[in-house]
Amino acid sequence: MASSGPGTVLEAQGLSLVYQTSRGPVTALQELDAALAPGEFLSVLGPSGCGKSTLLKLAAGLISPTQGRILLEGQAIDGPSGRVGVVFQQPALLPWSTVLENVLVPIRALRRDLAAGRKRALDLLKLVGLAEFATHYPGELSGGMQQRVAIARGLVHEPRILFLDEPFAALDAMTREHMTGELQRIWLATGCSVAFITHSIPEAVFLSDRIVVMSARPGRVVREVKVDLPRPRTIETMADARFNAQCTELRQLFQDLVIFE
Amino acid sequence: MSAQQDSRPSMGKRIAYPAITLVVLVAVWSGSIHFLRIPDYLLPSPTQVVNAMYVGYVQGAYWPHFFFTLKSVVIGYLAGCTLAIACGILLAESPTFELFVYPYIVALQSMPKIAIAPLVIVWLGFGLESKVVMVALVCFFPLFINTAIGIKQANPQLIDVLRAFGASKAMIFRRVKLPGSAGHIFAGLQIGVVLALIGAVVAEFVASTQGLGHIIKAAAVDMQTNVMFAALISLAVLGVVGSQFLRWLHTRVVFWDRTASTAATQTQSE
Repeated sequence: MASSGPGTVLEAQGLSLVYQTSRGPVTALQELDAALAPGEFLSVLGPSGCGKSTLLKLAAGLISPTQGRILLEGQAIDGPSGRVGVVFQQPALLPWSTVLENVLVPIRALRRDLAAGRKRALDLLKLVGLAEFATHYPGELSGGMQQRVAIARGLVHEPRILFLDEPFAALDAMTREHMTGELQRIWLATGCSVAFITHSIPEAVFLSDRIVVMSARPGRVVREVKVDLPRPRTIETMADARFNAQCTELRQLFQDLVIFE
Repeated sequence: MSAQQDSRPSMGKRIAYPAITLVVLVAVWSGSIHFLRIPDYLLPSPTQVVNAMYVGYVQGAYWPHFFFTLKSVVIGYLAGCTLAIACGILLAESPTFELFVYPYIVALQSMPKIAIAPLVIVWLGFGLESKVVMVALVCFFPLFINTAIGIKQANPQLIDVLRAFGASKAMIFRRVKLPGSAGHIFAGLQIGVVLALIGAVVAEFVASTQGLGHIIKAAAVDMQTNVMFAALISLAVLGVVGSQFLRWLHTRVVFWDRTASTAATQTQSE
C-alpha cells in the first residue's frame, strides 16, 4: 500500500480532509486508503454524510487533502487535469449550449483538437443513445437523457477514470434502474476505470467489481467487498441468489454500523 | 408547455378587450367634459388631443422635438448600458475593485439621480449632451447592480463542472457566468428603458429648447393641455415600443429560459 504499483490508476493513501466551518472543524474523510485498478468498476458505498462527494472533489483536483495523498497513475493530483472525467449528482449542463456543445466542454477546456473531439462526442452520443439529440438544448431533454449527456461529457476527453457522484440520485426509480443497466453497457464498451459513488446497495452490487463500504462522520473505509457475478449482468442477475446474498450482507453491515454509532 | 399556451387568451381577445377599455375610457372622458362642463384648459376633449396630434405629427411641428428626445434617449441608453455592463462585470469579477468602490455605489444608488440634473445642465449646457448624460446616468445603476448580481449568482455547480475539466477563468466567464447572468442583465435593460425616458424628460424640464419634455413645459405655461396630452401620449408610445422591443430581444437572446432547464432553475430557487 505504501507506493502505487502498476496495478492501480487511482490511489488514496491515508487521505484526510477537514473542513473549517463556523462551528469548528469537521472531518469529512479520515485516513482513507483505497485503490482503483485499471478497467475496474469500483463503487464507494456509504450513508449520507460519509464524505463521498468530497472524495470526488479530491479526485477531480477541485480541493486538496488536509493529510495524506491521492495519486493518479502514481502522481499526486495537484489540480484539475484532463485525466479524470466527472459526472455529478445533477447533470449540470449549460442550458444555453446544445447537447453537442455540452459534450465538447472538456475538449475546449483542455484545448484539444476540436475536429477529433467532435467526432468522438458524436460517437459517445450514439453510445449513450442520444445520436439524434446533438443539436437539442438540455431543457428539451428528460432528466435521464440529461444525465446521459453528462456521462458522454465525462468520457469525451478519454480520461483514465470516470468518477460518478450519485449520478442517478435525482432520477425517478424506473429511469434509475434503466440507467444503471445503461451505465454497465457504456462502461463495458469504453473499458475505462470507473469510480461510482452511491448509497444504493443493489445499484452497487449490480454494477461493481468491488465495493468500498464507508461509514459516516468521519468518513473512513469499513470494509471492501468483491462482487464476482458474471458480466454482463442483467435483470435476471437481480433475481440471482448470490446477488441477493451480497445485498443482504451489505444491508446487515449497515445496520450494525448504525447500531454501533 | 402546451397546456400553458392553451390557457392563454386568444389573439382576438387580447386585441379586442383592451380596445373595449379604450372606447369606454374615451367615452367617459368626453362625456364628463360635456356633462360636467370641465373647461378645456383643465382637461382637453379627445378631439382637441387628436387635433394637437394632427398638428404635431401630420403637419410636422413635433417631429424635431420627438427626434431630439429619441436621440438623447437612444444615445444615452446605449452609453449608460454599455458602461453599466462593463462596470458590473468588473465589480463581480474583481473583489479589489468592489472593496474600493462599494460604499460609494451604495451612497450613489440611494441618491435620487434626477437631483443631479441641474448640475449636469450647468456643466454641459442646454443642448443634447446634457440630456444624453442624464439618460446614461439614470440607466446606469439598475443595470450595473443587476449585472454584478447576475454574474455573482452564476450556478456554482456549472462552475465546478467546468473547473473539474480544467477550464480557464476566461472560459468559465464566457461559457457560464456571462450567459448565466443574461436574465438579470435583460431585466436591468428593461427597467432602463423607462428610466431613460424619465432622465431625458427631466433634463428637458430643467433646461432645454427642444424635446417632448420641453413641449410639455412650454404648453403648461399657456395651459395648452391638449398639447401636453399629445406629448404625453408620444412619450408613452416611445416607452411601450422600447419595452416591447426589449422583451422581444430578451426572449430571442435568452431562449433557454423558455425551455427552462430544470437544473438551472432548481439551483436558482435554492
